[in-house]
Amino acid sequence: MAEKLSMDTIQDIAILAKLELSEEEAKKAKQEMQKMLDYVEKLNELDTGSVEPMSHIFSVSNVFREDVVTGTDMRDAILSSAPHQKDGQYEVPKTIGEA
Amino acid sequence: MGKQYETVIGLEVHIELSTKTKIFCGCATTFGKGANTQICPVCAGMPGALPVLNRQVVRYALAMGLALNCHVNQLCKFDRKNYFYPDNPQNYQISQLYLPICQDGYLEIPAGAGTKKVRIHELHMEEDAGKLIHDEWADCSLADFNRSGVPLIEIVSEPDMRSADEVIAYLEQLRKIAQYLGISDCRLQEGSMRADVNLSVREVGSSVFGTRTEMKNLNSFKAIMHAIEGERERQIELLEEGKAIIQETRRWDDNKESSRSMRSKEDAKDYRYFPDPDLPPVHIPDAWITELREKQPEFAEHRASRYQAEFGLSESDARQITEYKNLADIFEKTVKLSGNARKTANWLTGETFRLAREKGIALESVSIIPKDFLTFLGEVENGNLNNQAAKKVFEAMLLEGCEPLAYMQEHQLKTVRDTGLLEKTVQDVLAQNPKAVEEFSQGKEKVFGFLVGNVMRQMRGKAAPDEVGKMLREKLAELAK
Repeated sequence: MAEKLSMDTIQDIAILAKLELSEEEAKKAKQEMQKMLDYVEKLNELDTGSVEPMSHIFSVSNVFREDVVTGTDMRDAILSSAPHQKDGQYEVPKTIGEA
Repeated sequence: MGKQYETVIGLEVHIELSTKTKIFCGCATTFGKGANTQICPVCAGMPGALPVLNRQVVRYALAMGLALNCHVNQLCKFDRKNYFYPDNPQNYQISQLYLPICQDGYLEIPAGAGTKKVRIHELHMEEDAGKLIHDEWADCSLADFNRSGVPLIEIVSEPDMRSADEVIAYLEQLRKIAQYLGISDCRLQEGSMRADVNLSVREVGSSVFGTRTEMKNLNSFKAIMHAIEGERERQIELLEEGKAIIQETRRWDDNKESSRSMRSKEDAKDYRYFPDPDLPPVHIPDAWITELREKQPEFAEHRASRYQAEFGLSESDARQITEYKNLADIFEKTVKLSGNARKTANWLTGETFRLAREKGIALESVSIIPKDFLTFLGEVENGNLNNQAAKKVFEAMLLEGCEPLAYMQEHQLKTVRDTGLLEKTVQDVLAQNPKAVEEFSQGKEKVFGFLVGNVMRQMRGKAAPDEVGKMLREKLAELAK
């Protein structure tokens, strides 16, 4: 059986996902996530001891770029999709999380 | 007597690699360009943009790892470190957690009379974040993503350092290695080398570590020294009062010379690392390791001892010159041309360091063309430049890259060897200063310097001081008869 989810875990996940859940919604989320975990738990029934852990879905490696500048100034085009801009910069709510 | 405490320090050092482009896109990495003029969909975190790894980043990281005696994980890969903060447009930083490119190395640092090994836990590749400017007036912050995606290596040490001096020695050593490898300019002030300090204290003799704190925002050696002293005191005080030290991140404030707790906005701090599905794994070819091992340069310590053995430099001169690779290169190339190691070294350790300090230029950016240096030394040697004029020429050569002969010509700095002119000037000066001449005849040797100065001034500094002295003595002797 998969680990039983607690309400605290649901709240932690909500904070990380920037979601505000009502009590009702949290309860529902808990049930749904428990179902997902139980489903994934089924995979543990497989013996994977002899399978090398996969690091990528395609069997490719060493996809490199050369160190050559190809970028050009596309500031205005990129900034045009920002909700707010000021002096060529993204304007964001004041963040003093560090202070 | 109170309890004796020991400080235990480990470092996380970020070094910005001096590649031309970012780690996952072809945007330029030039420092100081207009905000957001070096960004693209990849480094601006647009949905659907695909990162592609810069080969040079892997090679630079590998070169550093080899210099730090690390084990190379030939299969390495990238992971996403998730956090929500506006300096990071993707909401995750691409880094390496599970399989970093290098681990388990060590670095030898000078300690006391000998050396000390600081173990390296790991070295990994990652991308830098953008820069946030907090607007003092408006209630907003401004984000510039030019730095977003600039390649970094993070070098994590084991908690092997015990004092601020050892920390500085470790950082200096890392800086020199990176500069000699040519992978970074490592300038603390510009942020191309950054250090986070993990510090705890424990009673001397204890074998368990105390609770540690992490300090960020240290961008000068002075700040690092002060932060270490301050944090040590703060932790000891808490322990003496019987209080607990909280494991936390603290931000150093250079102006207030104190640190304060950085309360995380995210209550549940959890980076939810997972392999980045956009980036296939990297298999480091054997050939790269062999090649980069062979290409490791002769590092500072080795060069310093060779300069002592080969050129007879003093230990302190040899150390000073090899402190910066560019200076060592200038030295070696000039000596190869001139054969005069001592004179070359004198100008490099004396005037070069003095000028850099006075004019506020970074020593690692100093350049002198060896051929010009050779010409310059020749002019000093054959007496065409007296000491004062030589300093002027050297300054012009160092600061503006002037060719010495052209500069001497333009500013008429060449020593004048015109005996007739010198004789006339000396006679004029003696005639203009009868009082000084009289004082000299009464045995006041001090006025001799005054007379020499006058002659030099009238000849606009271009006379050879020894000739002036000789001529003056002769004429004064004649007058005394």
